[in-house]
Amino acid sequence: MGSLNLLRVVTIPLLLGSLLGSTAFAQSPTYGVGRTPTAEEIRRMDISIGPTGEELPPGRGSAKEGAQVYAQKGCVGCHGAAGIGGLAPILQSKQSADVPVWKKERILPLRAPHATIVWDFINRGMPLGLEGTLTPNEVYSLTAYLLFINKVIPEDQVLDKQSLPKVKMPIGDEYGKPHQFKLNAPRLEGYPY
Amino acid sequence: MDSKRNSRRELLKAGAALAGGITLGTGGKAQAQHDHPMTPGSENASPMIHGSKEQIEYGQRSKYVTSVRVQHPIGGRPSPDVFGKVFHVATPLQDSVGVITPSSLHYIATTRGSFLPDIDPKQHTLTIHGLVDRPLTLTMDELKRFPSVTRLHFIECAGNRHNGKQKTVQDTHGMTSCSEWTGVLLSTLLKECGLKGSAKWFVAEGAEEVKGASSIPIEKAMDDCIIAYGQNGEPLRPQQGFPVRIMVPGFEGIYHTKFLRRIKLVDRFYMNYNEFGHLRPEDKELALGEQIGPKSVITYPSGTQRLPGPGFYEISGLAWSGGGAVKTVEVSTDGGKKWNRAEFKNTPQRMAHVRFAYPWKWDGTETAILSRCTDEIGQRQAMREEIANWWKVPFERDYRVPGLDNSVMPWKIARDGSVTNGLA
Repeated sequence: MGSLNLLRVVTIPLLLGSLLGSTAFAQSPTYGVGRTPTAEEIRRMDISIGPTGEELPPGRGSAKEGAQVYAQKGCVGCHGAAGIGGLAPILQSKQSADVPVWKKERILPLRAPHATIVWDFINRGMPLGLEGTLTPNEVYSLTAYLLFINKVIPEDQVLDKQSLPKVKMPIGDEYGKPHQFKLNAPRLEGYPY
Repeated sequence: MDSKRNSRRELLKAGAALAGGITLGTGGKAQAQHDHPMTPGSENASPMIHGSKEQIEYGQRSKYVTSVRVQHPIGGRPSPDVFGKVFHVATPLQDSVGVITPSSLHYIATTRGSFLPDIDPKQHTLTIHGLVDRPLTLTMDELKRFPSVTRLHFIECAGNRHNGKQKTVQDTHGMTSCSEWTGVLLSTLLKECGLKGSAKWFVAEGAEEVKGASSIPIEKAMDDCIIAYGQNGEPLRPQQGFPVRIMVPGFEGIYHTKFLRRIKLVDRFYMNYNEFGHLRPEDKELALGEQIGPKSVITYPSGTQRLPGPGFYEISGLAWSGGGAVKTVEVSTDGGKKWNRAEFKNTPQRMAHVRFAYPWKWDGTETAILSRCTDEIGQRQAMREEIANWWKVPFERDYRVPGLDNSVMPWKIARDGSVTNGLA
């Protein structure tokens, strides 16, 4: 009898919770294990830059400054002068401007649908062996430089938190968008394989 | 009677001495020093391995078992490279038995070629933040206090593509592996944080130097993603993301972020560097680069192996699907004309390798052997030509299957028993 009552006490809130969904009201934690990180801790670790650029830090830079950073930080050593001729992936297209972007080389600052991806990758992944050491100004500058040498932006354009997400990338809207993922469904509707 | 006994005793002594002489271990010598009569057949046939601290503390395989991982693809980027970075390394499926890949032989892939981070689990934390009511930071000890699950799952790299130039099944299919994973369901942790209704995707980020990150739909998070700290009964290996990784069962390998340090709940698809790698012109091809299709391959007999002669063989292989559990596997021993139902050697589980087998008596004639599978949601593994037909493109020898290549793999068997790549 006691255990039955206990069962009711436990199952009714659980049922309610699952019926209403966890979003309907702020449920209290079930286990209470772990700690709440401070807003400052989260801000410092949150390096995911989405398409809107809302996570971008303050700072600014242009292609001219970026050319200097590119030389100073040793980017030339792996990617070659102006992004051509190194052992690491090329960073400037060798194709003429009229070639469609999908026919050009697979170059991040050229093919990326959002300029924020270029910023994000330089910030998290470069330079090799010294990742995470660039300042926001240096990352803005390098992003501007790489976009400039691929003829995406003019040399004097200043990139910052506001202007970077607005850069029009050459790919435009010409790329596949993610489908609505469904559980227990074929990977592509109508595709039997 | 006495003389008979003595002579037999002499013979045994001589035999034991001989055995001691050809063996290398001191165990054999010790045997030879016994001067009392022994029962015939009780002699040690092999040298003895002396117990060592290392052998006792953490066992090793026999020196006669030499199966190793190799770089993938052959002729591609070496691992380690000149800087000591690791890129792609394949599992020796040709030697595999059962469904568990030994942790030491699990395939390795890194985002762009990476060093292995040497993470102290006492210093490592996992933080969940973004569109949740209560952000949460967990130490590894705290993570282990949550209710756990233990499940069998494969991981397969998008680079696991077969072509006519490859020789072995390690070259053609070695970028898939299967382990028993232990950890906490991501849904458990997200409920603990209070997931907001506006959360549609999450970004899972690692702590290696490139801090690889992938965007994954929230429906997947709430279904079966595991924040895994255990692999095959022990902590994850560093090459598999020690101290913690995310399992995204059935999705391409790159989604299974290793060295997991952060999960951020977001309201839209966050195109990260990893997603840039998935970028395709068409929605359809992009969709085929997320979930693994139904796939199988014969691992014995397979490329570069040799059948010693006509007679009985148990054809054996692995089947898996990102769509769920494998439902059926069929094997053809006549180049694809007749298909026969294979038997399962273990119970098929969702997004896990299953071992299949088909008993076969080879008559010594030239033939080709193939396998194909279906999964529980009705997807089926197809021949390359069928896939080309579906896409209404001409089928050519070097046809590239869109998305992950889950097409049927043929092995040719010559009259001398040699097995070669049927796509060559």
